[in-house]
Amino acid sequence: MTYGSGPATVLAASGWPGALGHPFFQHALLAGTAIAAAAGLIGYFLVLRAQVFTGDALSHVAFTGALAALALGYDPRLGLFAATIAVALLLGGLGRRGKVDDVAIGGIFSWVLGLGVFFLTLYTTSRSAANGGAGVNVLFGSIFGMSSGQARLAALVAVGICAAVVVIARPLLLASVDEKVAAARGVPVRLLGFGFLLLVGACAAEATQAVGSLLLLGLLAAPAGAAQRLTDRPYRALALSAGLAVGEMWAGLGLSYAVPQVPPSFGILAAATAVYAATFVPVPKRRPAPVAA
Amino acid sequence: MPLADAYGGWSWNLITDVSQMWAFPFMVNAFRAGTVIAVGAGVMGWFMVLRRQSFAGHTLAVVGFPGAAGAALVGIGATYGYFAFCLTAALVVAAVPRAGRESEGREAAVVGTVQAFLLACGFLFTALYKGLLGGVTSLLFGSFLGITTTQVLVLLGVTVLVLAVLAAIGRPLLFASVDPDVAAGRGVPVRLLSTLFLVLLGAATAEASQITGTLLVFALLVMPAATAQALTARPVLSLALSALIAVAVTWLGLIAAYYSPYPLGFYVTTFAFAGYVLARAGGLAGRRRPAPLPAGGPA
Repeated sequence: MTYGSGPATVLAASGWPGALGHPFFQHALLAGTAIAAAAGLIGYFLVLRAQVFTGDALSHVAFTGALAALALGYDPRLGLFAATIAVALLLGGLGRRGKVDDVAIGGIFSWVLGLGVFFLTLYTTSRSAANGGAGVNVLFGSIFGMSSGQARLAALVAVGICAAVVVIARPLLLASVDEKVAAARGVPVRLLGFGFLLLVGACAAEATQAVGSLLLLGLLAAPAGAAQRLTDRPYRALALSAGLAVGEMWAGLGLSYAVPQVPPSFGILAAATAVYAATFVPVPKRRPAPVAA
Repeated sequence: MPLADAYGGWSWNLITDVSQMWAFPFMVNAFRAGTVIAVGAGVMGWFMVLRRQSFAGHTLAVVGFPGAAGAALVGIGATYGYFAFCLTAALVVAAVPRAGRESEGREAAVVGTVQAFLLACGFLFTALYKGLLGGVTSLLFGSFLGITTTQVLVLLGVTVLVLAVLAAIGRPLLFASVDPDVAAGRGVPVRLLSTLFLVLLGAATAEASQITGTLLVFALLVMPAATAQALTARPVLSLALSALIAVAVTWLGLIAAYYSPYPLGFYVTTFAFAGYVLARAGGLAGRRRPAPLPAGGPA
């Protein structure tokens, strides 16, 4: 399926107010909201822990996982989760305290990506030619192509990830900000590092379905970066990051609905980047406030 | 279908095979271009790994994709797109302020956002330019077929230029990479060198993207360099080794891709990764032995 040809023709006929009447848009909205919330929460910790590159690597692994599953004839989601979680554990095992040397990350993920091309060739040459766009869908997402079952499952998994993050948020925050103090207070820093990487892996697999493995990084990094620029208080930033991600997801879906030529993943990324860029615009202070806002 | 099948297969006679493979101008050009690119990527990658700028390097490599897609959309040569985007991105990344280790995560957030947004732009361009949709894969993952002699000459020119500038700034850059604080104290213009280096890296990735594809340039940049640095700690030796490994990996990849149905990118990354794993495993095995010298080897 190519973007702008399938649902887009339906879109052009109806017009913006009817968006919620389309099942495919409802599915995209349901799955997209949950995925964005999960990505916002996970992304905040990724930025805080300076592990953005790890998130990038896991998103590339997602590509290979999905195509390997397709080439072998399984559901791509199976490959997504298996590959990202396995590599997350591998990366966690390589580094001390669940943090990894960036050269090792780079080496692993560029090879995994090469492997992805191998599976892509295998898939496009061995299976039906009708699926020639599979690689493009995995790389750039296909949120408007979700069935109702897929959307519900994606939303459930994303809610699970959110819940897990909320449960470990407090110790994870402590461990991220000051590892030594956390360790001294009896927080299992290493275990948390592993657990967090696992969640990143699951989130990467999950979000790949919406924005694709190449663009996932933007959904992880941009809302979190913007939230950190807007407030210094951790919990507020965490909530803000999730909120921004959800808002950007809605804006992107709406934009893509209104202008059918624009692929939804571009709309989402454009909204996220615009918000992040806006936080860099210097705001003139209205009053000489003695208290920092 | 392997290319070789159309022209007669593997004969187990090395000289015949090579001469048979090189009887095709496109293979000769692929080897020429591959060699030039590998030398450039091996050398630039060595500095990149030394400076721990893998993430920036990855981003520079990736932005070539929207460049090429955009160039196709407006109807100019992909080469211009690669260079325009890679060089601009280098300047943007260089402009991101670096202030201590605490800002590491935030800096990566900016770089990551820029990278994902530009990739999304590339996707938009390809969506707008319908004819290219089948070409997304070759932009992202490279193609070694149809490299013209003119392209090889351009690649050679850019590589020579990049390496010449690098040779001129090599010593202060090495100093500034190993210990930026001391270098700054001695009056080395660390920030200027850093910007210049990123621009050179942008140029090197822009040219390498054209053959390995934007997603796999990074393999040629990072893995030969990491392998070389794991093997030896002497700067000049490991620099040479890095270029040598990059060339060897590219040649092996080209040969394997010629004789099999699978893409070049897969072979190049696989051989490079195998070398890296062997070097690291060898290094670990060497260090485990109860060495009479203090750990760490010759410094």
